[in-house]
Order: sequence, then C-alpha cells, then structure tokens
Amino acid sequence: MKHTISVLLQNKPGVLSRVTGLFSGRGFNIESLSVAPTLQEKNVSCLTLVTDGEDAIIEQITKQLHKLIDVIKVTDISEQEYVEREMALVRVKAEPASRAEVLRIVDIFRGRVVDVSPKSFAVEVTGTGDKVKAMIDLLRPIGVQEIIRTGTIAMTRASKKY
Amino acid sequence: MKIRATEAFIKCLEEQNVDTIFGYPGGAIIDLYDDLYDCQTIKHILVRHEQAAVHAADAFARVRGEVGVALVTSGPGATNTVTGIASAYCDSIPIVVFTGQVPTGLIGNDAFQEVDIVGITRPCTKHNYLVKDPKDLVATIREAFHIARTGRPGPVLVDLPKDVMAAKVDFNEPKPVDMRTYKPTYEPHLGQIQKACKAILKAKKPVLYVGGGVIASNASDDLTELAKSLGIPVTMTLMGLGGFPGTDALSMGMLGMHGTYYSNMAVANCDVLIAVGARFDDRVTGKISAFAPRAEIIHIDIDPTSISKNVKVGIPIVADCKHALASMNNWFKREESCNAAAEREKHAPWLEQIKAWKSEHPLGYVEETDVIKPQFVVQKLHELTGGDAIITTEVGQNQMWAAQFYHFNHPRHFMTSGGLGVMGYGFPAAIGAQMAAPDKVVIDIAGDGSIQMNIQELATARHNKLPVKIAILNNSFLGMVRQWQELFYDKKYSSTPLETAPDFVKLAEAYGAVGLRATKPSEVEAVIKEALATDNTVIMDFVISREEGVYPMVPAGKATTEMLLV
Repeated sequence: MKHTISVLLQNKPGVLSRVTGLFSGRGFNIESLSVAPTLQEKNVSCLTLVTDGEDAIIEQITKQLHKLIDVIKVTDISEQEYVEREMALVRVKAEPASRAEVLRIVDIFRGRVVDVSPKSFAVEVTGTGDKVKAMIDLLRPIGVQEIIRTGTIAMTRASKKY
Repeated sequence: MKIRATEAFIKCLEEQNVDTIFGYPGGAIIDLYDDLYDCQTIKHILVRHEQAAVHAADAFARVRGEVGVALVTSGPGATNTVTGIASAYCDSIPIVVFTGQVPTGLIGNDAFQEVDIVGITRPCTKHNYLVKDPKDLVATIREAFHIARTGRPGPVLVDLPKDVMAAKVDFNEPKPVDMRTYKPTYEPHLGQIQKACKAILKAKKPVLYVGGGVIASNASDDLTELAKSLGIPVTMTLMGLGGFPGTDALSMGMLGMHGTYYSNMAVANCDVLIAVGARFDDRVTGKISAFAPRAEIIHIDIDPTSISKNVKVGIPIVADCKHALASMNNWFKREESCNAAAEREKHAPWLEQIKAWKSEHPLGYVEETDVIKPQFVVQKLHELTGGDAIITTEVGQNQMWAAQFYHFNHPRHFMTSGGLGVMGYGFPAAIGAQMAAPDKVVIDIAGDGSIQMNIQELATARHNKLPVKIAILNNSFLGMVRQWQELFYDKKYSSTPLETAPDFVKLAEAYGAVGLRATKPSEVEAVIKEALATDNTVIMDFVISREEGVYPMVPAGKATTEMLLV
C-alpha cells in the first residue's frame, strides 16, 4: 500500500543523501520525493516522500528515518486525513487548429498557461497525482512535447471540531 | 580565548578521559601529530595499517566500556578504516574515528589523497561529520563522543580538513550535550514491563535469549538475578557471550547456526522468549517461520528499529537493557502473586527437559590421540587460563570453536567481529584489549587464513611490549568455507586450501616475538603453558586435523531444529 511520509529534518550538508542512502541501502522504494526549507523555522526542511510497502516495511521505514540523527520528526501522513498536491509543467503542441482545445482542457483542470510560443503552450497544473495524470492523458492526442512533474507534498487536515 | 585547533582537539579528548588512541600519521593530519608528540596525557599507539587502528579502538572500547578512538590521515588512511568502522557499526561498539582531510579550499577538486570519507561511511556510521569551520570543531567533537556512547552505541567519524586543524579556535568549558533531534529512550514503559512480567509468570517453558546489548549496557548482574531468581534458562548470541556465566547450570551456551543442540531445541519449544539486547539476526533465527514458533516474544532493545524487524514481537520494550531488567526484577519482588521459589519449582520440568536434550547431544567432538583437535586446544586454553582470559577471535571456524568451548563467565572478555565477520579483527583487537587491560591475559584465537590479514601488527605488539598471545588453529585451509564446500558443494575445495603459508614460528621470530608449535595432542598443554609464562608476544601454531568441522550446524535458511550434529 502507498504511504505518504513527511519528514522534518535539520538542514545540514548531506542530510538528503542520508535519507536516500537509507532507502537504497535497505531496499525500500521511493516513488516520489520533494524537499524544501519550511521557512517556518530556521534551518529546518520538510521532506515528503511517497513509498510503497507492507505494514512491517512502512514501520521499519518510519523507525529507520527517525533513527537518523538529523531527523526531527517523522509522520506517516497517510494514516490520517490529509490533502496532497503535485504540480506538473507540460509543454503541449498548440498550433492554430488545436490552440482552443488545449485551452479548454487546461481550463477544465484549472491549469494555467505559463509560456506561449507560436507552436506550443507550456501549462501548469496542480492537484492530486490522479488529476495531473488525467489532464496529461487528455493532452496527449494533441501532442505533448515535455512533462516535468514535482513529487507529492502533503499536509494533514486540521481537526474539524470547534 | 583562542587556542590552536590541534590543542583544542587534545583538550577535547582529555575531557572525554581518553588516555589511549590508535592511529597512523599522514600529510593531512600532520598538524595533529605535531601536538601529539608533546602530549603527556594521551598515549598514541602506532599501528601498521589503519584497519588495525579501528579494530584496536573497538576492542579497547569493549574492554573498558568507554569510547575507543582512532586517528588516521585522509584518502587511503581514511578508506582503510572502513572495514573497522563497519564492524563496529554492526556490533554497536562506541568508537570515534578522526580522519584527516585535504584543506577545505581543495575539497571536491580531486586533490592528492582526497576522498569523500563522510560520503563513503554514511551507511556504516551511527553519524558522521565534516568540520568545515574551525568554530564548529569543539562542539562537533563533543557531540561525536556523546552520540558514540549513548543510546545504541556505535561508530562516529569526524573528518578534519588540514586548514581547520591549522586554525585557531575558541575553547569553551564543556556543558552537557543536548541535541534536539537525538534523545535515546533509556527508561522502559512501565505498562510494558508489567505485561512482560505477567507473561513470564504464566510461562511454563521460558527462555532468555541474550545479546550484546546486555554487555553494552552493563546489565549482566541484573540479567543473572532475573534468570536465577525465577530459574529461567539462558541462551546467548555470539555477541552476548559472557553476559551470563557460561559455566552456570542455567546457561545453554550459544544458539543459532553453530549453537548448541539444547539451545536451539529450547528456543523452538519455549512458550515465552525473552529477547534482551539481541536483534534476531539470520544466523540466530535460521528459517524465520520456525523460530520460536510457539512463543510469546518479549523484546527489550534500546533501538526501536531492532524490534519487529525480522520477527514479529508481541511485547516490545524500548529501553536500555539494564534499566528494563532492573525494573522487571523490582516488579517480581514487589508483586505478591510472584513467589520466586514456586516459579523455580514450576520451571523444574522444563529444565529437566533441557538437561535431557543436553545429555542426548552435548557439545563435543571426536577425540583423537595422534592429531590435535581444535576444540581440545580451546578447552585447554580455558583450563590453563582459569577461564579468565580476554579472548579475541578472527572469523570462521576459529571463532565458532572459541565461542563454543571457551565458556565465558564474565562480560567484556570476548571480542569478536560478530555482525560483519571481519577476518583480521582478532589480532589488532587483542592489541587494543591488552592496552585497555595490561594485567589480563589476552589471547587471539586465530585461523591460519585470517591471522594473515593483519599479521603486520606483530610490529605494533612488539614495539609496545604487549604480551599478547596468538593461538593459530592451523588446518592449512580457509576452514569454514571449506566446510561449506564439503557439505554443500561436493567437496570442490575451490580456493580454500592454503598450503603455501609462512612458517609461523619463524615469522614470530622475525618480529622478535616468540614462536611455538604443537603437532601432537600431547604437546598442546606444554606449548600453552610456555606461552602463558612468556612475557612477550607469542604465536602458538597448533597444527590441527585438517578437515575438522564446526558442529552442530544449521544449514543456511533451514529451521534451527534441523541441525547437523557431530
């Protein structure tokens, strides 16, 4: 089963390779990875990774991550209610005949055009992995030239109690 | 006040009570050696290969129960430490390894003797550092010792660029290290302790399965109290030997691949298995599904990742072994429903069963009059040292015979590369052990293969006048691999015969050490006695029966009850 794990870590040299080395060394999967400083606290980064495995593997992954000296906190976000987002930049062929169709599809997915040329649009779309994939699938027949995707980022939902 | 970084380094080691370090100089670390030359408080032992420095520091740490220290230069000096570091990591031994590094301005430029040792050792250290700024030096060294020593102990590497060590730094008085992201759990959860104790009270056939954690946390007394007060039989891993007295009636010796028949039978049939500071290694469990299949498993370990890693655990206790065992002992004393004498009584039939298994298949070997049996040599070593020597081993058959036949009664008396299995560990380890305990008899039980992997250390032993004894069980084979080839590869002895070997007696003499040889059983005792009476480094070359095997043996991947017996 897929799990989305959020790791708060101290922003020190080599810390990312400690995390990725742990995964490769122990044969754990990383499906996607996204990391940046949190800006909430100095020298702290948040790393979100999506992995796949049985419960026992996921338990090992979270424990092993926690064991790294530079790691502050590990949360298996997918154990709770959460929201997740991915983003993609897609360059799609946009010649006079297809320009309107591309814009319609992008509009349906609440994407935006971020670069325009006589023969192509670059569009930006955010959403769950499924949504991003759905838009790309619809654009494919028109002619997708390049796709750049981010890893997933995720946040637990706040309590709905007053 | 600013002082030289090298001076600060030495002050940091002094404040950690370091009095001995093992190392080898080189260009990138030369500034530090300049200061060490004048240092009165710290003795530097010059090894003849950097790998040996780390193994010696490892054994020094084990004997003293403190942090061992190694010091080497950049590049090849650093890469030569990797095997030693990886071994200490597998065995959870607290050491700090300092490596020289090229000046910060050259890092990344493929400079002479530059290597990314922090990158290389990332997966085999508990933590590691590159000190890029002189102002971080002192705090980093303090943190390194703190991390190595606390929690589940382990090796820490600190990489020291040449310009950093040539700089001036502030030296502040030490205060306790407090790291936000690193707070090991020492105290057990009392609810879990109670659960575990209640499970033990229900048990009719309990077994204590004891690993190196008991030795690391100095919990032998607490363990012995628990075992003896309730009458629970004890089996130990290779790393746990000495954690419980090996000659005690409750000791079943080692378990696992080369464990005793009765240990493996007891584990397979127990109803409660109390794992203490052990990690369910594949050499212990054999086929996982057949390991303690009927048992409720209690697992005490300071490292949460050890728990339920290989075997699902019913009652996990994350804690220091000593704290957890003391807490359990207290619970049993306070609990009114627990009557220790009645517990012992209840376990009597179980102990009888174990005794029956033991008499069915005791640990033994076929004695012969004309060739020396290796087990006989180990038994004689035990007898003639009163079981009180510090024993180090190499890896392979020599290691297993030492583990089986030298019945360790005290913790911190058996040094072996348990997890990584490093041939070449034993001799440098013996040097480290002898430095840590000058008055003890220290013997490296070796094979003719593995002794050659760090034989150059004879110079180190001699130079420091260390009366270390080496007992080579010489079968002119890489014996353990040969045994596997005999059993599982149709006796195709591919690359295992070692017929071309040095004359170990002459070799000893070449270094100014003493060489002795025994080729008949009747000569063994005299050789050992002479070695023990010699105040010099001694090699004892025991020419043993060539194709002797280590038994019992559980073939890899089989259930531990499927043992091949003598």
